[in-house]
Amino acid sequence: MSRPIIATTSLAGCFGCHMSFLDIDERILDLIELVEFNKSPIDDIKTFTKDCDIGLIEGGCCNTENIHILKEFRKKCKILISFGECAIMGGLPALRNDISVKECLAEAYLDGISTVNKEEILPNDEELPMILNKVYPCHEVVKMDYHLPGCPPRADLIWDVLHALILGTDVELPYEVVKYD
Amino acid sequence: MTKDFVHQTIKKFNSDSYRLLDMLLDIQQEYGYISKDNISVLAGELNQSEADIGQTITFYHFLRSKPQGKYSIYLNNSIVSKMMGMDKIARQFEKESGIKFGEVTKDGQISLHYTSCIGMSDQEPAAIINEKIFTNLTTFRVKEIVLAMRQGKPVESMYCTNFGGGKNSSPLVESVVRNNIRRSGPLLQLNYVPGQVLQNKVSLMSPDEVISEIKDSHLRGRGGAGFPTGLKWQFCRRAKGARKFIFCNADEGEPGTFKDRVLLTEKPEMVFEGMTVAAYAVGAKEGILYLRYEYKYLETYLKQVLQDLHGKNLLGENISGISGFDFDIRIQYGAGAYICGEESSLIESAEGKRGEPRPRPPFPVEKGYLGYPTIVNNVETLCSTVTILQNGANWYRELGTDESTGTKVLSISGDCLYPGIYELEWGFSINDILEMSGAESTQAVQVGGPSGALVPPSQFNRILCYSDLATGGSLIIFNQTRDLLRDVVMNFTEFFVEESCGSCVPCRNIPALLKKKLEKIQAGDGVREDLKEIEEWSNIMQINRCGLGHTAANPVITSLKNFRKLYEALIQKDVNFDSGIDLSAAVAESCEFVDRIPQL
Ligand SMILES: Cc1cc2nc3c(=O)[nH]c(=O)nc-3n(C[C@H](O)[C@H](O)[C@H](O)COP(=O)(O)O)c2cc1C
Ligand code: SF4
Repeated sequence: MSRPIIATTSLAGCFGCHMSFLDIDERILDLIELVEFNKSPIDDIKTFTKDCDIGLIEGGCCNTENIHILKEFRKKCKILISFGECAIMGGLPALRNDISVKECLAEAYLDGISTVNKEEILPNDEELPMILNKVYPCHEVVKMDYHLPGCPPRADLIWDVLHALILGTDVELPYEVVKYD
Repeated sequence: MTKDFVHQTIKKFNSDSYRLLDMLLDIQQEYGYISKDNISVLAGELNQSEADIGQTITFYHFLRSKPQGKYSIYLNNSIVSKMMGMDKIARQFEKESGIKFGEVTKDGQISLHYTSCIGMSDQEPAAIINEKIFTNLTTFRVKEIVLAMRQGKPVESMYCTNFGGGKNSSPLVESVVRNNIRRSGPLLQLNYVPGQVLQNKVSLMSPDEVISEIKDSHLRGRGGAGFPTGLKWQFCRRAKGARKFIFCNADEGEPGTFKDRVLLTEKPEMVFEGMTVAAYAVGAKEGILYLRYEYKYLETYLKQVLQDLHGKNLLGENISGISGFDFDIRIQYGAGAYICGEESSLIESAEGKRGEPRPRPPFPVEKGYLGYPTIVNNVETLCSTVTILQNGANWYRELGTDESTGTKVLSISGDCLYPGIYELEWGFSINDILEMSGAESTQAVQVGGPSGALVPPSQFNRILCYSDLATGGSLIIFNQTRDLLRDVVMNFTEFFVEESCGSCVPCRNIPALLKKKLEKIQAGDGVREDLKEIEEWSNIMQINRCGLGHTAANPVITSLKNFRKLYEALIQKDVNFDSGIDLSAAVAESCEFVDRIPQL
């Protein structure tokens, strides 16, 4: 069998989950023996060059580009995993969900105490993604197959889960690993 | 000047922070709301933080920290009210007053609020205006009422009918509420003479004999949970405590239930006699009637009844000549929160706190009000104990079925000719009840309020009793013209979103998520997976702390089970996933703000 192919991305996240991924340390050498990476910040491949087996999604969707990328991942990957709190529930970015998007933009670009924007320029270039009314967790946008909890999920959990998925074995998820409070 | 009243109020309750709820209600009565300044005074004098006082205020619908209108209109938005045309009434109130619900008119005269079921499901749409009840509202009445408000008339002058029947017409009540008693049995009979049971029976019995008589009757609690009453009393009798308390649970918040209202109107002496019997049985000296704020219109009357009972030596010291048997009852008001009907939350609330249920054990019979052994019984349960002691346990067991003895006072409302109160022996079928109440082309019956079950015609031969269809007494009938998902399941789910106390994560979140799912399905965006998720998520509700959380998914779950076709008809068959997100709507606001034309 050819090596499974993995893609990863960070949407409305802080890259913390990817950092935690790198915390598998020297096991990354084992990993690249087992899998091939495609679109991912890890190898800096920017666009899909082939269909993948596993997609790891960090972060939820706060703008139209996030939605676009997530949908593309859904098309290209057989298994899609929400990886970390922001992907699963929206996380910190979703704290804005109870505030209107107008108020958020006004605070960021006009009224904030550290804002210097005399011309009152607002980000409206055609090239920019459009901001959504709220931050959506991934499973509300496309079907997600698995959820890996944690903020960030710990490296051991990421390693165990990928290892199990790739080798088709069971994964142990003791209470301490999946409880966060 | 302001502060004087607050200081006096605090003094009136002996600076006892356990009486905070009473203080807040009195202060609100005086000023229309509870101001920041007054919160500071309370906090200072009671040695609590302002946040402590504030969290109690925000917990209850009827406590306000902002000024409300001189006339505050609380329109009931419960299911039956909506069925009977509430929306039209609400729009008319908005039109006449020029404000939306949740607002106060500029001149401070009128404020509009929605509130959960006010116990008038047999005469909806109904509203509470400055503690007075207005029933059977029509758009014409709304015009009249608002006009009278503009002219500054007293609320009492706005009635346009005679007072309701029975004690509703008594000079101490003077309310237009109607009893609508359609069938009466032992509890609602006319030949009850207050005090006979205490004088002729209880005075000749030992407390243990009283308890064993109640046990022999097989009476079970009428408040919903159905716990054997005799056993509860026995536990409390055995519990050690320097003080013991008897609570009568008159919170009656389950939408569609109004039987306790009628018992309190027509048989308050019986309710109090039941509490007194319970006190004798367990050795309590203090009783509290926890009365929902919605029934405050009965206050003067109930206080007079208590005073009369004192006069007849049926309360007070050495009651009925039983030496050493002292017992007294006071009224404690709730302030609008369904959860406060749950017994441990009722106790928390009576202690002046947010009405959040306590973890159990310990149960109230061991550690209840102020930490002392406490009995909490429903109004109807207490009345039943009086008839049992009057006529004997054997007589009682003859009524009803083998395992559900006695009678049940049912509150029947919705699509039928004769909504009202029916006192029936246990064991009648839904079909019998539909026939009795003049219901036709019935599509479904909600048995036991939102926390109960939505029963389809194929099950109308089921029997009302503890082992089949148990109920606290609410039956709401829906005919074929009703949209069960939109009108019924949605309304009940919103009720639970509103009424969850918020302590448990699943109870706080899942009803809100179920509501979203229902909206998605109604919008035509639902898929099969949504139905599966509804079922899976609802299972999690069992880990909640109290009965509210355990049952809050029932409207969705029982309708999905019994009326699956209605859901199936709305979901998309050939699609496996649908986010239900409307992207153009989702970007509209931000694009508008930055002045950009959305391109998707
Ligand atoms: C959310 C909730 C609301 C309740 N509301 C009431 C109520 O309004 N009246 C009542 O008597 N019991 C109510 N109960 C049941 C009480 O917890 C308690 O079981 C009852 O008052 C005991 O009295 P009983 O044994 O005489 O029925 C409620 C329970 C729950 C979980
Ligand atoms: S189940 Fe709901 S109402 Fe009951 S304690 Fe928990 S959050 Fe409060």
